[in-house]
Amino acid sequence: MIKKLIYISLFTLFLQTSPVVAGTTGSEKLKASSGDTAKECFEGVSRAMFKLNNGLDKAIFKPIAKGYRALPSPIRKGTSNVVDNLRSLLTLSNNILQGDFGGAGNTAARFGINTTAGILGIFDPAKKLGFEDRGKEDFGQTLGVWGAESGCYFVLPVLGPTTTRDVIGLVGNTVLDPVYQITHNTEIRNNIVGNGNYSEHNYYYYRSTGAVDFRAKNIESWDSLEENSIDLYASLKSLYLQNRNQKINNSSSSTETQNDDDWEEIDTN
Amino acid sequence: MKKKIFISIFFVIALINKSYSYSTDPKQFISEIVNEAKKILVETNTKEFKSKKLSEIALKTVDIKGVGYYSLGKYRKEITEEQLKEYLSLFEKYFLKSFTSRLSDYSDPKIEVLSVEVLNPKYTVVKSVLLATDKKPEVKIDWRVYTKDPNNPLIRDLIIEGLSLARTQKEEFTSVIESNNNDINSLFKTLKEFIAK
Repeated sequence: MIKKLIYISLFTLFLQTSPVVAGTTGSEKLKASSGDTAKECFEGVSRAMFKLNNGLDKAIFKPIAKGYRALPSPIRKGTSNVVDNLRSLLTLSNNILQGDFGGAGNTAARFGINTTAGILGIFDPAKKLGFEDRGKEDFGQTLGVWGAESGCYFVLPVLGPTTTRDVIGLVGNTVLDPVYQITHNTEIRNNIVGNGNYSEHNYYYYRSTGAVDFRAKNIESWDSLEENSIDLYASLKSLYLQNRNQKINNSSSSTETQNDDDWEEIDTN
Repeated sequence: MKKKIFISIFFVIALINKSYSYSTDPKQFISEIVNEAKKILVETNTKEFKSKKLSEIALKTVDIKGVGYYSLGKYRKEITEEQLKEYLSLFEKYFLKSFTSRLSDYSDPKIEVLSVEVLNPKYTVVKSVLLATDKKPEVKIDWRVYTKDPNNPLIRDLIIEGLSLARTQKEEFTSVIESNNNDINSLFKTLKEFIAK
């Protein structure tokens, strides 16, 4: 099954990265090269999925996030650190695939220090030692670094906004994430290697905790966006694509990812 | 007596001018706006009063017309003069409501203005950070300042964690128009509904 998924992913990736696209005009090329444009493929379905997700958020995810936020700050901080520490293993794989060996060294050092001196990642002593968190990497970003365009934009049920490239990235993440591999490996699960703690459930607990932590950090931001948007679906699409573009460029500077040309003609004084 | 009246008038004018002028140095300009907004947000006042005061700051420091033009994208060149006039009037009301509503959520924002990056003679980006609280993580905020007239810098965009608010708004407006057969009146209707709510 996994093999089949990989073949499909590679095939789709080939289609995405293939430079020979019939009918591509110069302007389309230019637009695509900005990296954060993606055409809508199933807007009607995506808008329906978006409504569904928004409903699920209000009924389930937001209340859970609010409950989580009622926990004492040190507990939330420690939980967030543990999840980030485990997540850094996927970042490490992608640092290497992107040829970012400096980043890989930093991620590995952070993981090593925080897992040991930071007591399984609860604390972040690596930061104090000069190993700053340089952000997360995933396989969708790696594909972007390799030159794959985003493809279609659409919304998945529960998982939210994505693009063709990022869906392939999701599949790739399962292959590249050591936490996924360890928890889904039958030999390990059957105690041939390791012990019973490495169960599939633990992977989903860890991923769900990460999602709740993220939602809890963004309660007010989302409420504000919802209140002040005239088309929330379009706002989220714009923010998602800008964010992915920024992450692919590994840029901390907004001036590197925001195009000045759009402002060029507007002179008001 | 006349002399005293002249002196008094002079001082009143000087004080009024002082309270309405901001620094022409982009970094200082943003610091002053942040401090002024913070003062309004910290004081215990009604939401309406805060909105009114924040709107006054926005009218003086944001290039609302420029942001309005930008948000309209390609449609700016496709609509009539009359429609453009109506749009700009609606946009100002929409912008002020949206802007003050977003800011009013912060009761005591702690923003540190860090550095500046001059992009070209027309634009300078001022980098700042909204410090983390117990519940919210630290947020990077970049201010795109329009400096074509160096004596009157104006804010054109806020880039929060790399995400441009102006751009998001532009794509939102485009989506509303395109979902309604490219009819600009659909945007006007949506803006009116937003202003009225």
